[in-house]
Amino acid sequence: MADASTNALSGPQGPKPRKMLSRRNIFLYGTLFVITVYYALPLYVMIVTSLKGMPEIRLGNVFSPPVEVTFQPWVKAWSEACTGLTCNGLSTGFWNSVQITIPSVILSIMIASVNGYALANWKFKGADIFFTILIFGAFIPYQVMLYPIVIILREIGLYGSLGGLVLVHTIFGMPILTLLFRNYFTSLPEELFKAARVDGAGFWGIYFRIMVPMSLPIFTVAMILQVTGIWNDFLFGVVYTGPETYPMTVSLNNIVNSTQGVKEYNVNMAATLLTGLVPLLIYFVSGRLFVRGIAAGAVKG
Amino acid sequence: MNTMNNSVEIKNLDLQFGAVKVLQDLNLDIGKGEFLVLLGSSGCGKSTLLNCIAGLLDVTAGQIHINDTNVTWTEPSERGIGMVFQSYALYPQMTVEGNLSFGLKNAKLPKAEIAKRVKHASEILQIEPLLKRKPAALSGGQRQRVAIGRALVRDVDVFLFDEPLSNLDAKLRADLRVEIKRLHQRLENTMIYVTHDQIEAMTLADRIAIMRGGQIMQLGSPDDIYGRPVNKYVAGFIGSPSMNFFDGAIKGGAFTTGDLTIPLTGYDFASGGAVDGPATLGIRPEHVVTGELVDNAPVKVDVGVELIEPTGSDKLIDCQVAGRHFRVRMDGQADVAVGQKLRIGFDPGRASLFDAATEERL
Repeated sequence: MADASTNALSGPQGPKPRKMLSRRNIFLYGTLFVITVYYALPLYVMIVTSLKGMPEIRLGNVFSPPVEVTFQPWVKAWSEACTGLTCNGLSTGFWNSVQITIPSVILSIMIASVNGYALANWKFKGADIFFTILIFGAFIPYQVMLYPIVIILREIGLYGSLGGLVLVHTIFGMPILTLLFRNYFTSLPEELFKAARVDGAGFWGIYFRIMVPMSLPIFTVAMILQVTGIWNDFLFGVVYTGPETYPMTVSLNNIVNSTQGVKEYNVNMAATLLTGLVPLLIYFVSGRLFVRGIAAGAVKG
Repeated sequence: MNTMNNSVEIKNLDLQFGAVKVLQDLNLDIGKGEFLVLLGSSGCGKSTLLNCIAGLLDVTAGQIHINDTNVTWTEPSERGIGMVFQSYALYPQMTVEGNLSFGLKNAKLPKAEIAKRVKHASEILQIEPLLKRKPAALSGGQRQRVAIGRALVRDVDVFLFDEPLSNLDAKLRADLRVEIKRLHQRLENTMIYVTHDQIEAMTLADRIAIMRGGQIMQLGSPDDIYGRPVNKYVAGFIGSPSMNFFDGAIKGGAFTTGDLTIPLTGYDFASGGAVDGPATLGIRPEHVVTGELVDNAPVKVDVGVELIEPTGSDKLIDCQVAGRHFRVRMDGQADVAVGQKLRIGFDPGRASLFDAATEERL
């Protein structure tokens, strides 16, 4: 009918109208708001406190913004705060942590990715048993291993050194990282692996030329997991290193928990923020890849 | 057969995964330049057999020879084979050119030789304009062409295809099917092709091997397989729409089912003559005639049309013969209606008879 197209259609048509202030929206955004405040408020308090001088803090207005903004607490936390006998602030701990984290992350990811690749694609005899043992390792509480490892490190002469802690972190990262890489490599099409074998690529050829270039997301996930985990580690740091080689978390603890003199809340807040900065940065830089990688590794299996 | 003329020989091949026997005592000789299709429903072991020939799976027992060399323990890349996969399996981070040359670089061929071979293969497959693109920027048909090219540059005698057209849409599948056939005529390589699509099998193959449960049921030319299936399974598997079967008995040179008696004069028995006993008779819908042709048919039946399925070129008629569901293929232009009486006829000489117990051809 010709006139049907010119006449306005009656009844519902096009997209269904949605009210902005529906009960569903109010509930959804209300909940989100409350949760956001719940998490953001402590961070806010930390930041404003770290920018205040001690007299202002003593007034007790925790939530009020600083009247006189001062960066002195940050400087002090970084280079002057006292931990026990030395007064170098967090800087020593920071560089120790860097020296621990970088080799641990690189080593553990390198080894775990090859492990995962071998387990996923090269079905060797005993692969299943090997994998089961490795995964079982993820469930052993760290505390059980503490003392045996002290003895092992002492025997091989690494106790108290950064190298010893790197070794410990590399080993303890193995179960979860291997699982992560194995699942990811299993999700890649098997025919690619077969095609590469027909094309004459060997174990390492396939790993470096086919698998690694396809695995950026999972390498990012592994990197974030490891950097955050190792940077935030306290237990291994305090047990396996000495005062000279304490990582940043241990230094932070020593600053915050020192019992002598006045509690300098502003310095403590600044020190804590400084320590948390590295994992935060890593996450902001590669967060999108992280989410994609987790999904890729988890959904297809 | 003279062994010198065989390109691939499979001898007493067994393959087990744990307790599951996937391939059992399998023997197969494939001649030089032959196009052999492994056909079967999923889980019959056809892809497994292909993977064994490629060397991607270790065999449990038996031998595989390619070009008169025992390659049972040889690496896939050294067997002189090229393989094309269902999912194309192109390396996503490499360009088309990189995909084609990957195997040649691994073989440490000189650069000039690699360039020559890539050029040659891309000319044959008409993918020259795509050489600098990544696989993600290609259509399905183009990807499969590149995958074929990757086998082509290897300059090998044996090509293995693992359901290469299954991921493509119907029209593209038909086009590429023709191209693969042309490629075979031009290169004269040995090709082993796995598929579950009987049209692909019939159109491409010099010989078809029908597989079931890890064994080859029948090995023969497409005509053989279609015209003289060795057992009831093959008869029912090949042909679309599938064969009509009647359970009955042979008695005195005639087959009886229900109230219908079919004289077996003109039937070519596999083992001499008719032996009395229970049997199954199969007749293909396209071997049933209607209209004036019925007058010449040895067997004539009157049926009522129950259902019509027009496909354009044909009309498929559902009816009842001797109390059994029966399908007839008629011309697409035929003038029939549901409920109409129809006189049909067929020739027992074109039918197939199977033993009721063993289901083997009589």
